[in-house]
Amino acid sequence: MTDHSIELTVNGAPRAGTAEPRMTLADFLREQLTLTGTHLGCEHGVCGACTVLVDGEPVRSCLMLAVQARGTEVTTVEGLADGDTLHPLQQAFMESFAFQCGFCTPGFVMSTLALLREEPDADEARIREELSGNLCRCTGYQSIVEGVLLAAQRARDEGAVL
Amino acid sequence: MKMPRFEYHAPGTLDEVLALLTEHGDEGKVLAGGQSLIPLLSMRLAQPTQVVDINGVAGLDTIDGGADTITFGATVRERQAERSAVVRERLPLLAEALPYIGHAAIRTRGTVGGTVAHADASAEIPCVVAALDGEVLVRSTRGDRVIAASDFFQGHFTTAMDDDECLVEVRIPAQDPGTASAFREVARRHGDFALVGVATTMALGADGRIAESRICLMGMADVPYRARAAEAALVGAEPTAEAFADAAQTAVADLHPASDVHGSAAYRSHLAAVTVRRALTTVGARARGESA
Repeated sequence: MTDHSIELTVNGAPRAGTAEPRMTLADFLREQLTLTGTHLGCEHGVCGACTVLVDGEPVRSCLMLAVQARGTEVTTVEGLADGDTLHPLQQAFMESFAFQCGFCTPGFVMSTLALLREEPDADEARIREELSGNLCRCTGYQSIVEGVLLAAQRARDEGAVL
Repeated sequence: MKMPRFEYHAPGTLDEVLALLTEHGDEGKVLAGGQSLIPLLSMRLAQPTQVVDINGVAGLDTIDGGADTITFGATVRERQAERSAVVRERLPLLAEALPYIGHAAIRTRGTVGGTVAHADASAEIPCVVAALDGEVLVRSTRGDRVIAASDFFQGHFTTAMDDDECLVEVRIPAQDPGTASAFREVARRHGDFALVGVATTMALGADGRIAESRICLMGMADVPYRARAAEAALVGAEPTAEAFADAAQTAVADLHPASDVHGSAAYRSHLAAVTVRRALTTVGARARGESA
């Protein structure tokens, strides 16, 4: 099967690689670009762990072919922190103990980022509704919801840029 | 699991898409949003050798609000429809159903046309299209066909489309401002495939009686199921709780849902009748101009 050359922008930098058609964007990010912050749980669109932003929209990177991402701008969890300074959302997750094993965390962070950028005033019910697309097997979700609420509150009250 | 190997085509014109589908027949598969096809590939439930990506075809990604009909090009995303003022104002039934589909990160990729072509009988958009008597434009190198929803959906994952045809447009008649609508579904978790869903519309005459009623169920048959006996029974009736309860029983009387791990057939039938009754109660209140 023909390999395709892939050129795209990831976390603000131009990146390139090759992929056979069946390679998902998730595998491309992890294996070709060694951006292993994007996690793969179910590999068929149920668990949400592999959520990234493609042209600003949340996308399951296991449900998109790498060849389809040619020319797009992808943001992964690696693109959030500024050096050693965590992104406000990551900081709020950490302070709220919004993870235990951390496997699902990148997906929760990226899904939350998309939600709060579009709906800065999302209330707890909306947050729970939106995050229903991400599975966590440890926390029971309560602390994750608290982390999202904390990040949203800081964005409103302190002007933290999400 | 990883997907089986396939060749990937990303043509820039519909003519090239149609030529590829003609050439490859049942070995070819159209890729639009990929939110159904890629899971099928990942679980190897589908193994096409040729995948034809239509996302690069210009002109398929628009929602056109015509005089009587709203037309969705084949690559219009569900999220795009969700944000569309045309959909919100002229297809409120669709607007109400869209947020029930999967999750935001599914709807950003998933397409209106793709879910219609995939024809999962427990999917929201096919149910809405059937409820509103929409139609589908399909095209092949042999020409165009316009297929009514009532003929298009033929069974589980089965439509009237042939292997060489590509869905080009989904056309839904704009809702009459005087006709109310309501969508309800029951799923065990938000975003899961629904156990049952109901799309319904209702208009009242000057005498306060029901002048028009449409009821379409999802998840209860192998196609979106129009409960025509119940619709007919409501026309001319007073919009009362008793009439809605009777219609709900009529709507599910001829259905034989499957039993599975998510629920027995008896449970599903019970749930469907309750959901129809509640949807009718809501649409009845809306038809009277009450907020519900």
